[in-house]
Amino acid sequence: MALKIVKGSIDRMFDKNLQDLVRGIRNHKEDEAKYISTCIDEIKQELKQDNIAVKANAVCKLTYLQMLGYDVSWAAFNIVEVMSSSKFTYKRIGYLAASQCFHESTDVIMLTTNQIRKDLSSPNQYDTGVALTGLSCFVTPDLARDLANDIMTLMSHTKPYIRKKAVLIMYKVFLKYPESLRPAFPRLKEKLEDPDPGVQSAAVNVICELARRNPKNYLSLAPLFFKLMTSSTNNWVLIKIIKLFGALTPLEPRLGKKLIEPLTNLIHSTSAMSLLYECVNTVIAVLISLSSGMPNHSASIQLCVQKLRILIEDSDQNLKYLGLLAMSKILKTHPKSVQSHKDLILQCLDDKDESIRLRALDLLYGMVSKKNLMEIVKKLMLHVDKAEGTTYRDELLTKIIDICSQSNYQYITNFEWYISILVELTRLEGTRHGHLIASQMLDVAIRVKAIRAFAVAQMATLLDNAHLLTGNMQRNGICEVSYAAAWICGEFSEHLENPMQTLEAMLRPKVATLPGHIQAVYVQNAAKLFATVLKSQEGNTDSTAAQETSQLMIERLPLFVQSANLEVQERASCILQLVKYIQKLQQKDVEVAEEVSALFAGELNPVAPKAQKKVPVPEGLDLDAWINEPPSESESEDEQPKAIFTKEETKHSRPRHIEVDEKELARRREARKQEQANNPFYIKASPSSQKVYQDTPGVEHIPVVQIDLSVPLKVPGETQHQGLPMSDQYVKLEEERRQKERAEKKKKEKKKRKEKRSGRGKKHDSGPESEEDITPAHMVDIVTEEMPENALPSDDDDKDPNDPHKALDIDLDNLGEMAGRRPLADSEKLPVRSHRAVEAAKSPGEDGDAETVATQQPKKKSGKDKRDDKKKDKDKERKKSKDEKKKKKHKHEEKEEDLLRGEVHEPVVQSEGISQVAELPTSTSAEEAATVAAAEAPVAEVVSGAAQDSEPDEPKDTEMEETKSSKHKKKKQKKEKEEKEKKKKKRHHHHHRHSDGGGEESVQNGTVEEEEPLPSMSNYCLLAENSYIKMVYDIQGNLQDGSQVVVSVIFENKCDSFLKSMEFNVLDSLNSKLQRPEGSGPHDGLTVPFQLPPGVSNEARFVFTVQSIVMPQKLKGTLTFIVKNEESSTHEKLDFKLHFTCTSYLITTPCYSDAYAKLLESGDLKGSSLKLEGVNMPFHHLLARICFHHHFSVVERIDSCSSMYSRSIQGHHVCLLVKSSGQTVSIDAKCDEPTMLGNVLDEIKQTFSQC
Amino acid sequence: MIKAILIFNNHGKPRLIRFYQYFTEDMQQQIIRETFHLVSKRDDNVCNFLEGGSLIGGSDYKLIYRHYATLYFVFCVDSSESELGILDLIQVFVETLDKCFENVCELDLIFHMDKVHYILQEVVMGGMVLETNMNEIVAQVEVQNRMEKSEGGLSAAPARAVSAVKNMNLPEIPRNINIGDINIKVPSLSPF
Repeated sequence: MALKIVKGSIDRMFDKNLQDLVRGIRNHKEDEAKYISTCIDEIKQELKQDNIAVKANAVCKLTYLQMLGYDVSWAAFNIVEVMSSSKFTYKRIGYLAASQCFHESTDVIMLTTNQIRKDLSSPNQYDTGVALTGLSCFVTPDLARDLANDIMTLMSHTKPYIRKKAVLIMYKVFLKYPESLRPAFPRLKEKLEDPDPGVQSAAVNVICELARRNPKNYLSLAPLFFKLMTSSTNNWVLIKIIKLFGALTPLEPRLGKKLIEPLTNLIHSTSAMSLLYECVNTVIAVLISLSSGMPNHSASIQLCVQKLRILIEDSDQNLKYLGLLAMSKILKTHPKSVQSHKDLILQCLDDKDESIRLRALDLLYGMVSKKNLMEIVKKLMLHVDKAEGTTYRDELLTKIIDICSQSNYQYITNFEWYISILVELTRLEGTRHGHLIASQMLDVAIRVKAIRAFAVAQMATLLDNAHLLTGNMQRNGICEVSYAAAWICGEFSEHLENPMQTLEAMLRPKVATLPGHIQAVYVQNAAKLFATVLKSQEGNTDSTAAQETSQLMIERLPLFVQSANLEVQERASCILQLVKYIQKLQQKDVEVAEEVSALFAGELNPVAPKAQKKVPVPEGLDLDAWINEPPSESESEDEQPKAIFTKEETKHSRPRHIEVDEKELARRREARKQEQANNPFYIKASPSSQKVYQDTPGVEHIPVVQIDLSVPLKVPGETQHQGLPMSDQYVKLEEERRQKERAEKKKKEKKKRKEKRSGRGKKHDSGPESEEDITPAHMVDIVTEEMPENALPSDDDDKDPNDPHKALDIDLDNLGEMAGRRPLADSEKLPVRSHRAVEAAKSPGEDGDAETVATQQPKKKSGKDKRDDKKKDKDKERKKSKDEKKKKKHKHEEKEEDLLRGEVHEPVVQSEGISQVAELPTSTSAEEAATVAAAEAPVAEVVSGAAQDSEPDEPKDTEMEETKSSKHKKKKQKKEKEEKEKKKKKRHHHHHRHSDGGGEESVQNGTVEEEEPLPSMSNYCLLAENSYIKMVYDIQGNLQDGSQVVVSVIFENKCDSFLKSMEFNVLDSLNSKLQRPEGSGPHDGLTVPFQLPPGVSNEARFVFTVQSIVMPQKLKGTLTFIVKNEESSTHEKLDFKLHFTCTSYLITTPCYSDAYAKLLESGDLKGSSLKLEGVNMPFHHLLARICFHHHFSVVERIDSCSSMYSRSIQGHHVCLLVKSSGQTVSIDAKCDEPTMLGNVLDEIKQTFSQC
Repeated sequence: MIKAILIFNNHGKPRLIRFYQYFTEDMQQQIIRETFHLVSKRDDNVCNFLEGGSLIGGSDYKLIYRHYATLYFVFCVDSSESELGILDLIQVFVETLDKCFENVCELDLIFHMDKVHYILQEVVMGGMVLETNMNEIVAQVEVQNRMEKSEGGLSAAPARAVSAVKNMNLPEIPRNINIGDINIKVPSLSPF
């Protein structure tokens, strides 16, 4: 053996270590890949060796290679091997490698469960620490489920180092296994007040992370956090808490009011910028949540804005950035206070830092008003020209468009200005937002009717100008604009000054270089233009012009007929044939214009994007029903080309004409003509129509002619050197217009004032221009998007269904001390590591042997676990949902009863599926166990506190005080039906009450704050003890099998030596037998499936079959084991007596009071009674004891009288009526098996005589 | 939550990567490249926050980084972390490295990636901040290093000897590695 080690280490001398590998790679710069591949070959060789040191070294190198991008998942098994090394050095290497390359689909992960569990309970805190760290990176749902309980135990570890790690990792566990949240929450909450600041910080961290996603569930923690906030000095903790409050305030404005003051104090006092910033942020959140409720919060806003200004003015770019970020939050609710800092923000646009510029841009978005829009956009346009780098320029472009188009063009007073801005933006080269500009043009032209003429004129110049065609021909490039231009010119061609010229421009050969979808629009709209041209020419006597137009079409269209793009080709050839036909008709002197333009008649209205979705399904229409039977599979192939086609079509998303019938068409045409006549044509060949305006108020005095003169209709590219770019001229015009308007208004106002001198004060000061003063240049009717009738206004909830945090939306309030809505149900208990006796019995000696066995075993086991769990889970789910429904129904009732004092709650220790559930302390050392126990007590209190309300006290009615017999009770129930209903539902929860998943069964009853708490109780009683080992045991019945009981024995190693090869044997009696694996003799012992290092305790379970359960009995047994220390190993044995009480055959079963009453009435039960003297404890303690130790549940309690129920595993009913007066307690009992009843009563007596 | 921690040098060579969310190796390399691309073109006097790359994160995520001499320390975090807090955390981490390696330089990170990981593990665990007190971090790291040394015993000694001999081949090192001024200078910052 020693030789082997020496040999191994000599071998290792020649292996490369990590440093050698790194050096090698650096020396082979030219052929790095080749070098690494030889290294990987070497590593593979090393991994084949037995020496763990060699393996660890190899794994360490693999971790480095992983960083360089090499997939090392093939070595996953070796990594597991290194992880399971007993040496910390190697273990750490293994866990590091695992944390770098394991993930949920790594299949060897399931082999690690036992290893990790072992490391978690290692006496060396660093082994535990390394395991926790590693686990935090690769925890899977399976691992989370299997290890949740172990980690929860670690949360109460003696070492703060482990505690904080355990607390942090719980968050990961919650994410992967949401069921663990409820049982673990009380302890997590407790850690908020841990004496160690690190642990406290970790707990705050986890709760903040949880609360961020589901804040409403954590509102009840607000007072606790408030206390922490005012007491803590740790900035990390403070920041986290303050951030959390930011998330909570929107849900509870009252909290916000309380927060303002301490936060303001912090803002004034702290020197840490990070804390200051978070405080400001939260104050903002508070103010937002209060926005209306508090009158005097302007001081707080002022303080925030002022502090933020300091941040923004700071030379530190980070502070500047954050200041702007926070500013944008204020902007949403208090734009006025931010707008006063416009100068500062505009200044930030000149910052050299792009992130800061972008932030400033964001702010501008919210700062615009009708008044300053033009000014701001002008400034942005300057930046567009200056900007280097297309990304920032594109960002500017989209921002300009965003700013202008926000809330349905709310701030635009002059659309001509906006169109010219859009046209100017087309000059941008290399932008990727051509599409955006195009859609804006389309949108404005369609929705703002008054602007169409102007838009059409601009678009026509755009089309005429070649610069759009010279740009790059990429999709989304600037050429997209020509899509919009062509469509606008075609659709609104009646506004065109010179349609012939535009038509010619649209049919230029160069157009063929445009992307297909744009060409298609060109072709189609050329046809529309053609119709318009024909119409204007037909009136003339000379028909040659019309024929020339047709000729032009016939000459140019063939180019498009040859297009490779289907859409273009199809449209072109269709239109070509049409034009040829028209030409024929023209030659015969037939008037065709009317009919040709009818092709394109019809009104266009924008449709809301969600309109289709919102069409309500008519009654009686089942969309899921087959219209025809589903086609056979072969047909599906035929559909594929169709799909491609439709996809293609939607991509172009051309606005479609709405189909209308003939009459409607004619009507609309009329209307359109009418409207055309009424439209304000700003630019038109004949100025005669200028005088016609839309009869809108406030527009009369707009000097339209002026625009005509001052704005030459040329592409800005050309106008630029004439002085101002076009949009600027509009700015000027607009200013003039406003001035005039103002003057006019003043006049009017003066008049008014003169008229009404007695009137009470002026409405607004006409000095500074207020928002309302500005009337838009044209009262544009911005057509709102069409929605189907009866459309539902609700917005769809777009939450990601895959969000892992959704599962963590768990109501935790009831776990608090105050409100006990819903205690932990047993279905919610953490699965506890249990050595299932049945399984152990089947394969004794298989476990706890060699390490290899240990690693292979879990595979088998986990498979089985899964199956079992799935089944179990299903049941649980069903139960849960049922329960929750009931709970909901009941919530408000329970709330009312909150006020009443709750009292009796039987802790229910047992339930279905007992064989799966085990309570055992999984602590690793005696010392630790002590802490666990200590820590457990308050937890238990919390749990029981939570239980209190589900069993509310009856109102102290004199009437009720008198009613003590069960018969009377029934009467009363009839009388008060409602009351009964309530109780019934509440009682339904009883069987869900369960002890905390931790090690102790010290569940106690309704400890209301004013009542004294219960002493801790445990059902585990001493089995036997010597200097080496201590055994305690508990017996539980098995509901599924009336002849089985499970004995859980906790073995605790009390000495400094290792205990192994433990064998548990019992001398069977006729009545009770230990279940042994098949094939073994009736006197063979059972191997305990684990070994015990010093100070460790563990639990094993053994199944016994019993025939008769009416009598208690004792079984003699022996435990043999080997005590092994460094020098020697000795065989030891310990005798014990297992006491099967009748109580242990009882199973806590809830019972409704009506069923209970029926049972008593049936007369099948035989009575017996018992009197206890000198019982000196509160009644609820008494009940708790009976419930806990004897597996009863309370059916009903009235004052100091209570009825209780339990059932044996073989179905015997046991009913108790417990009355207490002074120190005397009388118990009347009924049971269908008198012998058993007698024994149970004896045992109860025994319990109370002990205390 | 911290989603990832990346350390790479001025040329984009990774020195330590730590993802707290699974990505394939290829994706990890892409993210490093993208992050390097985003970070490296920024001046030293601009702010240290970047609204995340496209590969990692999304709208809720930010890149928070610091540039020390030849190395970039990049943390990818979501909105639950305080930006300035994370900046301070990076500082704490670097100062810890400085203490543990005694005047840390890029070479330390190159040759002792594993040790850097172990130090990081004491600072951040599973994407959540574990400890911010430098003395506590250093203390824990040192205890673990002592444990490793004490375990080393027989099997590690020869390897150490060999490694020492290999290192004796001195002329090779300066030739390949420009030690120059790659010392990470830890500027003293205002208290957190």
